[in-house]
Formats: sequence, structure tokens, C-alpha cells
Amino acid sequence: MSTAEKPSYKVIGTRPIRHDGVDKVTGRALYGADIKLSRMLYGATVRSPHAHAKIVRIDTSQAELMPGVRAVITSEDVPEQGDRVVELGEGAVNMRHLAANVMAREKVLYKGHVVAAVAADDVHTAEEACARIEVEYETLPPVLDLLKAMSADAPILNDDIRTESIGSAPSGSDQQTNVAKHFMFEKGDIKQGFADADIIVERTFDTAMVHQGYIEPHNATAHWNADDKITVWMSTQGTFSARQQTAELLLMPVSSVKVVPMEIGGGFGGKISVYLTPLAALLSKKTGRPVKILMSRTEVFEATGPTPGSHMRVKLGAKSDGTLVAGEAWIAFEAGAYTGSPIGAACMCVFACYDLPNGQVEGFDVCVNKPRTNAYRAPGSTHVAMATETLVDELCEKLKMDPTEFRIKNAAGEGTRRVDGPVYPRIGMVETVEAIRDSEHYKTTLDGKFCGRGVASGFWFNVGLKSSVSATVNSDGTVALVEGSTDIGGTRTSIAMQLAETLGIAAEDVNPVVVDTDSIGYTDITGGSRVTFSTGIAAINAAISIQEQMCQRAAILWETDAENVRYEEGHLVGPSDQRLSFRELAEKLRELGDAVVGYGTSGSETQGGAFGTHCVDVEIDPELGKVQILRYTIAQDAGTAIHPSYVEGQMQGGVVQGIGWALNEEYWYDEQGEMHNPTFLDYRIPTCYDVPMIDTIIVEVPDPQHPYGVRGVGEVPICPPPAAIANAIYDALGIRMTELPMAPHRVLAAYLGRNTDD
Amino acid sequence: MSNKRVVTATINEETAEFLCEPRQTLLEVLRDSLNLTGTKEGCSNGNCGACTVIMNGHAVVSCLVLGVEAEGAEIQTIEGVSCDGSLNEVQSAFLEGAALQCGICTPGFIMQTEALLAEKSNPTEDDIRFYLAGNLCRCTGYDKIVRAVMAAAEQRQVTTG
Ligand code: FES
Ligand code: FES
Repeated sequence: MSTAEKPSYKVIGTRPIRHDGVDKVTGRALYGADIKLSRMLYGATVRSPHAHAKIVRIDTSQAELMPGVRAVITSEDVPEQGDRVVELGEGAVNMRHLAANVMAREKVLYKGHVVAAVAADDVHTAEEACARIEVEYETLPPVLDLLKAMSADAPILNDDIRTESIGSAPSGSDQQTNVAKHFMFEKGDIKQGFADADIIVERTFDTAMVHQGYIEPHNATAHWNADDKITVWMSTQGTFSARQQTAELLLMPVSSVKVVPMEIGGGFGGKISVYLTPLAALLSKKTGRPVKILMSRTEVFEATGPTPGSHMRVKLGAKSDGTLVAGEAWIAFEAGAYTGSPIGAACMCVFACYDLPNGQVEGFDVCVNKPRTNAYRAPGSTHVAMATETLVDELCEKLKMDPTEFRIKNAAGEGTRRVDGPVYPRIGMVETVEAIRDSEHYKTTLDGKFCGRGVASGFWFNVGLKSSVSATVNSDGTVALVEGSTDIGGTRTSIAMQLAETLGIAAEDVNPVVVDTDSIGYTDITGGSRVTFSTGIAAINAAISIQEQMCQRAAILWETDAENVRYEEGHLVGPSDQRLSFRELAEKLRELGDAVVGYGTSGSETQGGAFGTHCVDVEIDPELGKVQILRYTIAQDAGTAIHPSYVEGQMQGGVVQGIGWALNEEYWYDEQGEMHNPTFLDYRIPTCYDVPMIDTIIVEVPDPQHPYGVRGVGEVPICPPPAAIANAIYDALGIRMTELPMAPHRVLAAYLGRNTDD
Repeated sequence: MSNKRVVTATINEETAEFLCEPRQTLLEVLRDSLNLTGTKEGCSNGNCGACTVIMNGHAVVSCLVLGVEAEGAEIQTIEGVSCDGSLNEVQSAFLEGAALQCGICTPGFIMQTEALLAEKSNPTEDDIRFYLAGNLCRCTGYDKIVRAVMAAAEQRQVTTG
């Protein structure tokens, strides 16, 4: 569906076969775990069985005596960081915390926290050696509950944390605390806003900790060479970020670390932080041999970076004509062991879909004895969409207003100022709601006793950041495109297509390759829905440079000045109408001077932002409380869809992750802080039997900040599903669900509770 | 280790002989001893399907099979689904239908699909969803995978008449 006058493109909007596809359907593609080097050793880790404890003593002697064991490391081998805060591309990080997360020092802060690591001839020997490492702990009371962790008498996890105030929050005290950050954003006058409201709705919401659930576990292979050059092979969302984290953790210059990206089996934000890399490097330093370490699935669940559980209280006020006049939110996120939850983003997203004149948002980042949380697809936005979009539905019900009509009336648009300050450029929120309102799905009535329909919207910023590419013209008229953005879902192709479009050649004539950190300019992470946008701009810039160079070469051939040569739709056109195709000139380049190599970079901070609106039909089994998804439609503003199949794929994948978050997924902790479901059997992500086809409507409101109007599409599709499903459950049963996941027992309890109240 | 056994099996239509400790899984043997790294590991306890191979005509999760159990067996892995260097119908359907994003689950899905189509040449959407429910994909939301399997079934019927 197109909502704007669309320029005619030759490559953009088509669906070429992805360049790395054949390798991935034949098993030839090499992922992080697939690497094998000569004399390679295998690593394993010793992990804490306690959620909160002091490390009294570690005895590695028995392990070191075992035949086949080559090295053992503990925190004594990890350099002391002191008090350093370093900008790591995804925000500033306290290096002492990052180091302690990689290998616990003095204290363990969650079950699964690494305390020692071993390298041995094979992985079984390494694991046996780990079992022989004796660690004596003095256990401490675990802090697992968000609100209890915030109280003044809670046991303290990190003695160096004081509350940092952000925005208009009052400055914190000098007391030790688990509350690492306190955000406050304000706009207008909320007292007056609520006083002006005819209807006010307010609820409290809780959401459980959930995991990204990528199918490939974390991995790292490192070789510390005798010249102190360290090479790392790993699957990562950002080679340069991994390089910097590794170098900083090892107190080495960044230039001494080279990160070689292997294919990556999913990330969703969870493969930005390094966990194993410094351990593999230190074990390699001790042995002089490459060391490979792979995580088990349980280690992935217990000790990587899931997304936080939350506690939220949100209040909305509207006039009786349906105008939204005020909103207030109080949001607390579990940071996990160390500060760093996406609470800031949550505070910015909570009312981001609407033109809200009066708002106040307060947020807290709270340390608890759970793994340090990390980004997960539109980090923070799904939590708050659950709250706001549920309340919007309640307002619509009270106002007897159609949920699409209400959203269109109050939607944020160009010029709307968000509560946290920024003013939107051209955005497509209204268009996504209209697309749902006009969809076949929404127009079809839903029958059935325990069936219901729900609608919800969502927002994600999308980031710009830095990318670099280089592109060389081959003598056969193809272009070798070298980039630094690791490809998780087809971005080699979406970047190559933008280069091809700009040069007027076929997507198939571009050969994209993702290379290591020594072979390309600095490139930020594959995250923030930024690659097709930002690395795309870099590729367009490289193509423009190639155009100029091709014009110069044609000018040599035609004995004229370069300014007399035009580049038109893949052709060079001379002053007396001489014409050569890109390929024809490429074939002659050998005689026409230097090689033609284009470089391109990009570095804008922001994009225009992405919005989506979803519609879902559910049926609920009133005896089991089980919610079945009957039909699902997602409408999302993609700006300009470069490769529609992969845009749809992002939308569908995000929706199904959102369905899992809504209905099943949760970290299930006991009182001691032990996760009881650290397997895919018990932490149940959706299977193909749980979901229907996911219908997609691609809305295209071009982002003026990108030459072709691209908006990132990867993250926002996960935001609306929990609220859309909660609203559908209300429509079916008349119960408002305020806790995620809406697992059968919760739905059933709420339903039975409603019955007894009646 | 001294307690290694010699195991002989037919892998991708060729006789393979390998040394294996009793505790090693077929997955480990395929990946580490035979360098067949197309078979992926996602969980090592039978829950994700990334390691699916076909053993004696049945789809199995190779992380739950011991290497020594492969003695005398006939095994097909992703590397062996098309032997002439071109793609078969299932591989082409996944590729053309954009049924993969990160691709880590893809070999497992392709092997499971082969087993499904061997059993049922004309599966319904429900058959497909039921049969592939042991294979997890976190990227695609399954829509394009299910469609690719339908397309592959159709194409295979055309080619085999
Ligand atoms: S690795 Fe075998 S089922 Fe997951
Ligand atoms: S494509 Fe990534 S898990 Fe399926």
C-alpha cells in the first residue's frame, strides 16, 4: 500500500534473491560455533549456583592437575578497571560493572554469574575440570522483587551505586542504593490537564522478565598472538562494539583487537554485549593457542541479557469528545545485576504515539539479583505499550468510540512534541491506523462466544549512527560491496539494492560482503533498526562517488571534461550523445586510469521514527484460560520498503515474538533467585503450531532524512502485540489483563474472579 | 581418550568411519569430527530442532542421538539433500520465499520438511504447522516458512509427476 506519490524505482521495491541465501540453505554458511582452527582449545565456565553471595575462596588446583587442561582463569586474571565510564556506541558503560559481569569479582550477583573458566583439549575435559574447581561462597539474601529492591532497607547489590538523576528528576542522595537511575520528563501542566478531563483511567501493570530467545547461543573464539595482536571470531551484532568492549576489558588499544564476524543466528539486541570474548582471549594468552567457548542454552537464559520485568502505573485523561488531555506514568524496570535497563527509552516511548498536551513520566532503573538486562527489539517500548494501549482501549470503551477513530483523532504527527522534548518530523502514525481501519480484517465482523478483537499501536525511534562501506567496480560490470554491518536478516541485500538503484544496475550485479574490523571503516551495531537506513545511506554515498569517477573515466575515453559527461540510469552519456552502459565502461576501465573505488559513510543521530498499528482476533477456552490467535494483521510505516519480503519478515517475526511475550514467556524464579525454566521446553517461545499466518500491510510514508525515504522496520512490530491481545481478551471476556504473560492460569483466574464479582 | 569406538555409518550416501567416545552425541560427531557444520546446535536437549537430520528415514534431533548409535545407520544431513550441486525444491522454496532471516534454524527446517514430504506429499497448512512444531524459529514468525513448505510440496509434485 502506498500513501505517498511514489518515485519509480527499478530495484527498490523488488524482491531479489538474497546474496547469502544459497549458503544458508545448503549449510555452507559459517556461524560462530562453526569455526575450527589448528591447535584450538575448548573453553568452559564455572558459574555461581547462588543469586547473591560473597566469593570467599576459589581453589583451582584440582582442575589444573587434570590431563588435557591447559589453563584456568579467575577474576585475578581479568584486569582491574577502576572507576571508568566508557562510551561503547550503545551508551556509556561503567567498565568496572562490565568487567564484573564478565567474571565476578568478590561477589556474585545472579545465578549463572561466571567465576572461573578453563581451556582444555576438548570440551568434555574442560567441563570436568570446571566441576573440580572449588568455590566457597557466603550467601547473601537475594533481592528479586522490583519494589522491595527500591526500599531503603533492601540489601544492596553494588556498593558503588548512587541514584543518578536524569531530566527534571530531583537530585539523588549520597546513600547506597539499588536505584541506579531516576528519570523525569514533563510537558504542560498535568494537574490542569487531569482537571480538564471528563474521563480518567488508571491502572497498574506488571510484566515479567523475558529473553530474546535467538536460536544460536553465544560463542567466541579468540587467539592472542605473540605480538599481542588479538583476533576474535564471533557472532555479534556489532564487530566494532565487540572490539572496543574486548579491548577496554583487556586494557589493550582497540587497534590490537580484530573482530572477524561469523554469520549470526539471531540477536534482537542480545548480541551486543560481550560475555565470552574476553575469557577466550585471556585463556588464549595463557596457552598461546586459540580458544573457543560456546554457551549452553541454560547459560544463555541464566546469564546473558534478557529484557527487564517491569512495574508500571499509568493514568490517562480525555475529554468527552475523545480528546486526550493528560497522561502520567510511573515506571520501574529491573536492571538486573548492574545498571543499564532501557528505562530511559521506555519513558520516551510511553506516550509517543499521541499528541499529548500535558504529561509527566517518571522512571527508575533498579538493580536486582538477576542477569544484567539488555536490549530486546525496541527496548522498553513493548512494556509501556502494554500499559498505554490498554488504557486507550478502556477510554474508547468508556467514550463509546471506535479504537481507530480515537487513535486517528489523537495521533502524533509532524510537529507534535513528545513529553521528553523532541518534535516529530513527518511520521506515519495516522496512516498505520487508517490502514487497519480500512483493512479487510477490521471490516469483517468477528462472531463467536469467546472471541474478541483488539487493536493497539506502537512506536520506536530508530537510530542513525555511523556506517562505512567501500565499493569497487569490477571489470565485468559488477560491484564488490564491502560493509561492516553484520547481517542478521537480509541486510546485505537491502544495502546492495540501494547501491544498485543509485548506480542503475541490477541487485544481482552487486556482491556484498561483511568484513572484519581491520578491513572497513567504523560501523556501529546492527541494532536500532539502523542498518538499511544508515548503512544504506553510506552505500548511496559510495555509489554517488562511483558515478563521479565513472564520468571522469568516460571523459578520458571521449576526450572531454568530466562535467560534460552525465550519469543517467546506469549509462554514461557524453557531450555528442555518446552512450556507454555501466558494464561497457567497466570493461574498459583497465585503460582509463586508477581503479574505481567508492567510499561512503553516514552518521546522522536519528531517523524519523517508526509506528505500527495491529489488529488481532482471539478465541479463549473458558475452561483452560488458553488464548488462541485466530487472525492477525499488522500495518507498519516502512518509509520506503527496499525489499518487501524482508520488511514483511521483520513485521511477522516481531509480531510472533510479541505474541510469545504476551501469552507464554517469562523468567520463572524461585525465592532463592533460581530460574526454574532455563530451557526451550519450559521457557516456551511460540512454535508454528501456536500462530496463524501474519497478514502485513506495508505503509509507506517516506522519511525525508533518507534519500529513498527508508525507515527502519526491525523493532516496532514487537511493541503492540501484548496490548492488542489484552484488548482482544477484554472484548471476548470483559476482563482487563494487567500482567504479562497472559498465561492460561492468569486469564482463568481473572475470568473466574470476574464471575464471582458479578 | 582411550575408550573411543570405531563407528561406521552411511552419511549422505557415502560410507563414513569415525572414532567416537560413548558420551559424544551424533550432533557433536557430525560437527566436530566430520566437519558437517551445516547441522546446527541451538539447545542440545532436543527442544529446538536446529540439529535435525534424517536417520534411517526418520527425522531425529541429532543432539539426542549418541554417536555410537549411528553404527550401521543411514544418515542424511543438510549437506546431502541435493547431491548434484544444485538446490532441491525445498531449498529453492525457502530461498525464493524469503523463509529465512538469520538462517540458523534453516537446515533443521529443511530436514524436517524433507521428512514431512516423504510422508505426505500434499500436506495442508495444519499438517505443516503440526509437523514442524518441534523446530523453533525466532526470526520469521513462521509465515514464510509455512508458505515455502507449501510451495516446495507443490513443486515436488510437478517434478515427480
Ligand atoms: S540442538 Fe538439538 S534440538 Fe536443539
Ligand atoms: S531465521 Fe533466525 S531462527 Fe529462523
